[in-house]
Amino acid sequence: MAIHWFKYASPASFYGLAGRLAPWFAAAAAVATLVGLYIGLVLAPTDFQQGDSYRIIYIHVPAAWIGMFTYLVMAGWAAAGVVFNTRLSGMMVQALAPTGAMFTFVALWTGAFWGRPTWGAYWVWDARLTSTLILFFLYIGYIALRASIDDPRRADRAGAVLTLVGVVNIPIIYFSVKWWNTLHQGASVKPGSSSMATVMLAGMLVMAFAAWMYTIAVSLVRVRAIIVEREQHSAWVGELLDARAPDDAPGTSGGVAGSKGEKAR
Amino acid sequence: MLEVSALAAARGDRVLFAGLDFSVPAGGLLQVTGRNGTGKTTLLRVLARLVRPDAGEVRWNNTSVADLGDEFFAELCYLGHAPAIKDDLTARENLAFSAGIAGVAADAAAIDAALAEVGLTGREMLPGRVLSQGQRRRVALAQLYLGQRRLWLLDEPLAALDSEASAAFVERLGAHLHAGGVAVVSTHHEIVPPPPATRHALRLGAGQAPAKPGSDTDFPGGRAAGSQRNG
Amino acid sequence: MAVLRRDLLLTLRRPAELMTTLFFFVIVVSLFPLGIGPQPELLREIAPGVLWVAALLASLLALPRLFAADHADGTLEQLALAPQPLSLSVFAKLVAHWLTTGLPLTLLAPLIALQFDLPASATGVLVVSLALGTPIFGAIGAVGAALTLGLRGGGVLTAVLVLPLYIPALIFGAGAVEATLGGLEASGHLSLLAALTVFTLAFAPWAAAAAVRISLD
Repeated sequence: MAIHWFKYASPASFYGLAGRLAPWFAAAAAVATLVGLYIGLVLAPTDFQQGDSYRIIYIHVPAAWIGMFTYLVMAGWAAAGVVFNTRLSGMMVQALAPTGAMFTFVALWTGAFWGRPTWGAYWVWDARLTSTLILFFLYIGYIALRASIDDPRRADRAGAVLTLVGVVNIPIIYFSVKWWNTLHQGASVKPGSSSMATVMLAGMLVMAFAAWMYTIAVSLVRVRAIIVEREQHSAWVGELLDARAPDDAPGTSGGVAGSKGEKAR
Repeated sequence: MLEVSALAAARGDRVLFAGLDFSVPAGGLLQVTGRNGTGKTTLLRVLARLVRPDAGEVRWNNTSVADLGDEFFAELCYLGHAPAIKDDLTARENLAFSAGIAGVAADAAAIDAALAEVGLTGREMLPGRVLSQGQRRRVALAQLYLGQRRLWLLDEPLAALDSEASAAFVERLGAHLHAGGVAVVSTHHEIVPPPPATRHALRLGAGQAPAKPGSDTDFPGGRAAGSQRNG
Repeated sequence: MAVLRRDLLLTLRRPAELMTTLFFFVIVVSLFPLGIGPQPELLREIAPGVLWVAALLASLLALPRLFAADHADGTLEQLALAPQPLSLSVFAKLVAHWLTTGLPLTLLAPLIALQFDLPASATGVLVVSLALGTPIFGAIGAVGAALTLGLRGGGVLTAVLVLPLYIPALIFGAGAVEATLGGLEASGHLSLLAALTVFTLAFAPWAAAAAVRISLD
């Protein structure tokens, strides 16, 4: 089993695996999104307090969950990179970060849209919203650090240290924000959270599953681009690009042209 | 003493060297030459464990340096491009703190003696900012003479030194080798230590002429010059 | 320890850097009454947050002093090659850094608190909370400063990396002063802050040492 996994820890073999798996995850994401939206927008009843505006939670809550979860997955890959010193780990962290940041941002954005009719303001300093905002800052920090380091291997290792420091701090941040929130506002009221109908929960879970599958699919596609970009001088990428773009130009120049196309995403 | 097998290092996309094999016995000097940007500094930094190699292994006394930990650092003295001299500290303080950081016990008399050896007598109290490049280099070299380290890794030690100081350094290097020490030195100038020491040459950079015919001995590790792919 | 003595001596030889940090603290704090208005009630209410945020920013500005000069002149390489663990040397640097940044800020704070008409009890808690909190700023900041060594825009980048991680210390520290102002016990806040300080000082030097090695690679 261990040998099996380490085989795929090499970027060259993971490239093929990611390419085969990505469409399946994308398909699962599409199906789950349709099912989830059907449950959320059609099957679920209108909330007697908030009307239909509450339905944004089918985006908001899954996005917040997956935004949080993705950071944990990044930290897991970062830890694996530190322990096993595999190149793939850093690439996976890099591939996951934009999607995690996107979902965190979506959670904040939809939270503001939900807050306007519910609380009468786009932004309230609710503990969960504040924690999500800080999580978004952590993603931005990671992406900014990566962007300013030229050597990808240094970026991998520096990013791993930052991600691990961040993940150790997340529970502390969450606890401190909750503590701060209760002191200043009293317990925050979460409409609908106590008496949630089963169908609403089902809708959110299906949507969370969809978001999860989407994250996997997108990061697999992205990691393929990262692998090709980083290993463009290696023999196997050269062969791959030559095989994929036979009309472009023969030999190495075809490889370079192909890699540019891949970089453009 | 110092053995290297299948060592490879890259900077960004560029492979600096790969498949590098050599060994330097006790009392041996390895002189690393090559044009700018061929990886001389990176090789020294890999040997000092400052940079992780992309492949291969460095062994000291038949043990991988990755397993040796701090014991290896206790045997090593590395001098890089930057001489680690603080502008606001005097030559004496600079040397004392360098020794303190390196874990070398040195009293005031030993510090002054080391400074005298590099020809800085009477300048012990000058702050780093008024020292010339050559004088800074001399303070850094004084650190080398202070600690009895067995492995010297020196990056361009002769840079900014005048011919007199260079000659004194070569003499001191000979004494180090004679006492069974090992040195890896990158330099553009040829260093010829006094006899019993063995001298080996390693030229980095593919497509270059092989090591100078003036080499005293053949390279013991087999593949030295022109052993790199992809340079 | 050589590292500690050396860093202290270097700061003493060039006290202007330390003074700049302190003046920054004073100036930032003085801007708030000018921007908000001089009503004593309002000023007293915002004082804990303002003083804490200003101390946080001043600590942030002092972070480049930790490693940047040693990185530029090669001292950091020598530290990494020393026979003692690098995390220990980083810890020594943190102690020296705190003695020349956190401690002066803490001692200056009661004087600045006068501008905000802070009562004596709250001022006492402010000093204790800053004494506990400023080491956290240094220790977490060391990780950020080490990660960004030699990078373009290092200072701003360090801020983006470490500011989110400063939030718990800010909440507990400013909260302690605020609780005292409101007539409550501050001990709960202070014990949480102390626990956070111990936790941070135990792990951050280690992470910062790893970050230094990465930056030297």
